[in-house]
Amino acid sequence: MPLELGPLWLTLKLAAVATGVLLVVGSPLAWWLAHTRSRTKAVVEAVTALPLVLPPTVLGFYLLLLFSPRSSFGGWWVQVTETTLAFSFTGLVIASVLYSLPFMVQPLQLAFEAVGRAPLEAAATLRASRLDAFFSVASPMAMRGYLSAIVLTFAHTVGEFGVVLMVGGNIPGQTKVISIAIYEHVETLQYASAHVLAAGMLVFSFLVLLFVYTMNRRFPVQVG
Amino acid sequence: MRFVVTHAKLLPVPASWRAVFVALMVALSLPAQAAEVRLAVATNFAEVVETIKPWFESATGHRLIVSTGSTGKLYAQIKSGAAFDVLLAADLQTPQRLVTEGEAVAASDFTYALGRLALWSASPALVGADGVATLREAKFRHLAIANPQLAPYGAAAREVLLAIGSWQELQPRLVYGQNIGHAFSLVASGNAELGLVALSSLKGAGRSVAGSSWLVPAKLHTPIRQDAVLLTRGQANAAAREFLDTLKSPEVRKVIESFGYTAP
Repeated sequence: MPLELGPLWLTLKLAAVATGVLLVVGSPLAWWLAHTRSRTKAVVEAVTALPLVLPPTVLGFYLLLLFSPRSSFGGWWVQVTETTLAFSFTGLVIASVLYSLPFMVQPLQLAFEAVGRAPLEAAATLRASRLDAFFSVASPMAMRGYLSAIVLTFAHTVGEFGVVLMVGGNIPGQTKVISIAIYEHVETLQYASAHVLAAGMLVFSFLVLLFVYTMNRRFPVQVG
Repeated sequence: MRFVVTHAKLLPVPASWRAVFVALMVALSLPAQAAEVRLAVATNFAEVVETIKPWFESATGHRLIVSTGSTGKLYAQIKSGAAFDVLLAADLQTPQRLVTEGEAVAASDFTYALGRLALWSASPALVGADGVATLREAKFRHLAIANPQLAPYGAAAREVLLAIGSWQELQPRLVYGQNIGHAFSLVASGNAELGLVALSSLKGAGRSVAGSSWLVPAKLHTPIRQDAVLLTRGQANAAAREFLDTLKSPEVRKVIESFGYTAP
């Protein structure tokens, strides 16, 4: 049974890029959520958590409309880049960033909240700028949160299916990820090929979760 | 006679065949005993079955319980013991395979509909009078077809592109729907400018689909035969056989054709 490396590499690449983007986008958002006293906090938290409860078909449906060159955003994208977002790797990255957002933001927010304000205030008395305090004090203290967030975001993106199915167009090397390849094997009754990929996903997902829970046991949140 | 009234809204039914249906209904309702027919239908034909269902139920007093899904999924369900009496597949291989594997009654399979392909774009000017020229000129970014490995309509679309010598050239522009309905939605949402879709997606009951289209000549691909088969579980169910006979009746064949299929 030949192992299909194409969908495998594409899936890992998609998960890595999406996790990278989410680190950049998710960190400030999680930071703000951890420290704000704004009334809009609950609203932003609810919006961030939406991908946890919505069926992927809802996200897929709206993305299909948003990516369409007939929509203002999709039309603008086509004008600027000469390519469409549907059926493209870039489109899948956008979809994955939305889909995996809570898996990055929620662990980070918890970690930042655990760090609290005291160490930052101490840093401020030592004349650290706020940015410096974030990178030299808060981030190292929230390291375990970062680890959980990165691992879970990566794994969750690897497991993406419904959204990719709806907006991907199943193009080898662009949008044909592992979950789609498994689906195709099952539908064409190639159960042996499906088994290879499905068992691989099962083992991978188990190891990821085992890693996260082991980390949680060994290094419980320590502050101060 | 409520069913006639309800149906007149869905489909323009000529008065002459209403009379035929009333006659059929009366004739069939006399000897039959009310029973249930559990029907598994390929998604692309579900709409037609919904139209036939009230007629069949009023005419026979039987109840039709309809489950829809892709032919591959329905096959897997039947293999796992799903309680279906009849399968209306989107291909001819699956019913034959079920017969070979002892899950369906030998020689009960027959073609109930032939699918037709149409080249369709949601924009009014993109598809010209000669669809072959439109495909060869390739003035579009994406052409959506159903996945040739998964869907008979996809395999037929591939044959069409091979027949006109554009298969290789169009490779970078092809995008794949998981089934013919998905290919249709990729075009309908505007993400793909063009698609080789099922004529039945364009014609459905009372639907008016905007844009431009071209009916692909049937000679460009192997006929898309959709076969029905009596499953082993339904062998003893007389109502299931009655339903299969109904599918072959001239009245139902007219309905099937009104949805953009060819009835054999």
